[in-house]
Amino acid sequence: MREKPTQVLLFGSCLIDVLYPQAGMDAIALLEREGIEVVFPQAQTCCGQPAFNAGYRDEARKVARVQLDCLQGDAPVVVPSASCAAMMKHHYVELFRDQPEAEAAAQLAARIVEFTEFLVDVLRIRLQDQGPDIRVAVHSSCSARREMNVAVQIESLLEQLAQVELVHQDHKAECCGFGGTFAVKQAEISAAMVADKTAALLRCEIDRYITQDCGCMMNIDGALASQQAPLRGTHIATFLMERTGGNEDS
Amino acid sequence: MVTKTVDFSARAVEALHNARLRGSFRDAMDDLIRKRLDHFRDETLFRELSGEGAAIRARALSRLPELLEQLERKLVSNGITVHWAEDAAQANETVLKIIRAHDSRRVIKGKSMVTEEIGLNDFLETRNVEVLESDLGEYILQLLDERPSHIVMPAIHKTKAQIAELFARKFPEIPYTEDVDTLTATARRVLRDAFRSTRIGISGVNFMVAETGTLCLVENEGNGRMCTTIPDVHIAVTGIEKVVEKLADVPPLLALLTRSATGQPITTYFNMISSPRREGEKDGPKEVHLVLVDNGRSDIFANPDFQETLRCIRCGACINHCPVYTRIGGHSYGTTYPGPIGTVFAPLQDGLKERGELLSASTLCNACTEVCPVRIPLAGLINRLRAEYAAPRGNVKDAGSGRSWKEAMAWKLWSAVYARPRLYQRLLNWGLKHRDRLPRELAPWSDSRAMPVIAEKSLHQLVREKSEADQ
Amino acid sequence: MSTARENILARLRAAETQAPTFDAEPQPPPEWGMREKRLRFIERMEAVRAEVIETSADDLATVLASWLASREVRSLLHDPGSRWAEMLHQAIADGAELPELIAFNREIELWKRSLFDNVDAALTTTLGGIAETGSLMLWPSADEPRSMSLVPPIHIAVLEEKQLYATFAEALEQQQWAEAMPSNALLISGPSKSADIERTLAYGVHGPKELLVLLLRDEDEEAS
Ligand code: SF4
Repeated sequence: MREKPTQVLLFGSCLIDVLYPQAGMDAIALLEREGIEVVFPQAQTCCGQPAFNAGYRDEARKVARVQLDCLQGDAPVVVPSASCAAMMKHHYVELFRDQPEAEAAAQLAARIVEFTEFLVDVLRIRLQDQGPDIRVAVHSSCSARREMNVAVQIESLLEQLAQVELVHQDHKAECCGFGGTFAVKQAEISAAMVADKTAALLRCEIDRYITQDCGCMMNIDGALASQQAPLRGTHIATFLMERTGGNEDS
Repeated sequence: MVTKTVDFSARAVEALHNARLRGSFRDAMDDLIRKRLDHFRDETLFRELSGEGAAIRARALSRLPELLEQLERKLVSNGITVHWAEDAAQANETVLKIIRAHDSRRVIKGKSMVTEEIGLNDFLETRNVEVLESDLGEYILQLLDERPSHIVMPAIHKTKAQIAELFARKFPEIPYTEDVDTLTATARRVLRDAFRSTRIGISGVNFMVAETGTLCLVENEGNGRMCTTIPDVHIAVTGIEKVVEKLADVPPLLALLTRSATGQPITTYFNMISSPRREGEKDGPKEVHLVLVDNGRSDIFANPDFQETLRCIRCGACINHCPVYTRIGGHSYGTTYPGPIGTVFAPLQDGLKERGELLSASTLCNACTEVCPVRIPLAGLINRLRAEYAAPRGNVKDAGSGRSWKEAMAWKLWSAVYARPRLYQRLLNWGLKHRDRLPRELAPWSDSRAMPVIAEKSLHQLVREKSEADQ
Repeated sequence: MSTARENILARLRAAETQAPTFDAEPQPPPEWGMREKRLRFIERMEAVRAEVIETSADDLATVLASWLASREVRSLLHDPGSRWAEMLHQAIADGAELPELIAFNREIELWKRSLFDNVDAALTTTLGGIAETGSLMLWPSADEPRSMSLVPPIHIAVLEEKQLYATFAEALEQQQWAEAMPSNALLISGPSKSADIERTLAYGVHGPKELLVLLLRDEDEEAS
């Protein structure tokens, strides 16, 4: 697994598909630049996490089965979204407990690698910063930090970039308040949490915040936009492409 | 005793809008988080210690019935009377009977969450037994007729000024002061008189040791020692899950408990009681009773999906680290145990119909799971309970009671789309094409956030176009 | 009553239990030498506002006398049968100024009020100390009842350096506590305190406001 493979599958996630496709494209471009063949199974849809976290496991399973199907094989599955990675790596086992697909789920779980983890721990990527001076903070999602244990990787990538100054917001490790249906069912608590998160980021006086999870980005950017604050998030894949000169046209 | 949860959201919103309350919870929790971290900066060390803690608790639970019997045998041979109570009513009656047998009309209490859980104070008060709380925080709350908002620091929602005002009202002979030492001295004076003159003391228990028949109490103030030392009779009330196998299991649990709870390497007092006053001894209670309370625990024990909940040592770390608790405080939950452990325990104990609403009060961020010293996967259990709430699987009381027709339909529709890749893509493409016509607002999301911007093309499309171009 | 017991146990027995799956190696006690244990003990004790005075058995009475004088202690509860009592009595005979020495010589019921109101301080022995946490181990007894370390506003404890253990676990094992537990065993780590009012620490909320540890240095230490 930690050996550099020649081929990987990419699972893009439903949010990237509809809101942040460029993050997916940048992830693919970066991997290809490192000499990896990237296969994107067109039958993929969603990992099933939204329904799973809402308690609707039958529905989640139905959707998850499609991913079990289209992500077959032995190649690692790279996921540029930590919460989907955590769903497939850790929760499929529970979701398919006592199901005929239990074994397939375990097999897939073992092949899941979060995107920054893949860059750092598998590819041992070396980056050359070609961008101007910039000040950023990182928002690692709760899944990245506490389920995938990859909060270190994203920062170590940024530390390779000479002109990037990384600052740390307070309560950095705290949840942004998204939590899927939580944002709807406990809207006011969620709003209070994201307000604290945006305030902490804004106090840092940064140009951008970087994240490996699009759910948090949708939440935080949405709050920033409604406060008419100019700050926005950038997915780590896009940021890395931008800084290392691979993304001239964007 | 505890308020029903029906109004959880309303209470939460009210708490959210109380800026003072929010600020003080935030500061308090930040402080507790920092103090804990001072001991556990080394993550590997914490993994080792919590592994040991979890193993000790799991080993005890795996032999729970025999350990309880062993404990009982030991306690009885040490001279301690053991009572069993299946539910709150039995537990309360048992305590009352002991009090009546001594013709007493007054008891003094140390901190005990289980007595909070069974509503002992209200029960005794309505039977003409005066109950005096002696833990400083609990005492303050009792004067205010309020409930604890935290299991370790019960009066954490009260400010110095509020307490000063309370004392000035209750003790008019003492001039108004916000000086904490003076306030504390006042409480000391009142409570010492009570300790000296009250014949029955009630306490909780942190650990019970089956091997030696020992009840362990962890505290800083000394009121726990007072309650278990000075009155003639000591009644300990606790849950059946608190037992451990042997004395050697105690030090690792104690170290985890105090470090996790308040960031102390140890509390001021660790009080180990193995018998009443023995022949020739000059103090200590002449009678010690232990009331072992089930109150739903054996049902949790019988449910393999949730048994590990019973490993809990009530340190409160999951509460201190919960971003939701930090913002809404303990009272919003309306349960004895707030925060993540309460969100798991209350629905299991009282049923999903009554407590299911709590399950929505979590982002599943796992901050709780990360710090639990006995490795209870709290977020995972909340997620499991959500499944029980939504679908009538039947393993938990009132399973399926949270299923709403609308919600179920929505998820059915969702899965009908996302389980059909072609349909999904067709609908997606349609949505992208009409992205300008999608709603600009969708409450409650858009109450505090802009709607996300739909991309021009999906990743599916972009990848297809790219591979066509590459060829 | 017994049906409750039977019902509970029956429900527990009927349930499937999960085998514990945690690999737990108990932490080995740290290998601290005497000096290290002493320094850590003192540091921890002082961190919780206890006072530690290092002295020797020979100087105990003098040191105690001057400390008590500085606190204006008028009455000291002690166990007249203890080794230290003998020294105190000798010191008094030699003209040292010590407060009135009182013995806990009757059941608490017979003098509760005066114990609560008139005793300024109590002197107890200890079973040893714990370096890691800065704790005293006490096994109250007929001669040194439980309330001596609880009721008077000042608690003075004598601790012999050679009775310092690295951890509680080590002490339990080496002193074989599990063989026979006393009616009450205590770890005491500082004076009574509370942080229940706005997290501000206040001392002496119920128990002693002050804790003094007389740490008797081990004269053989250099040799060993
Ligand atoms: S569940 Fe919460 S209170 Fe219980 S031991 Fe774990 S962290 Fe502590």
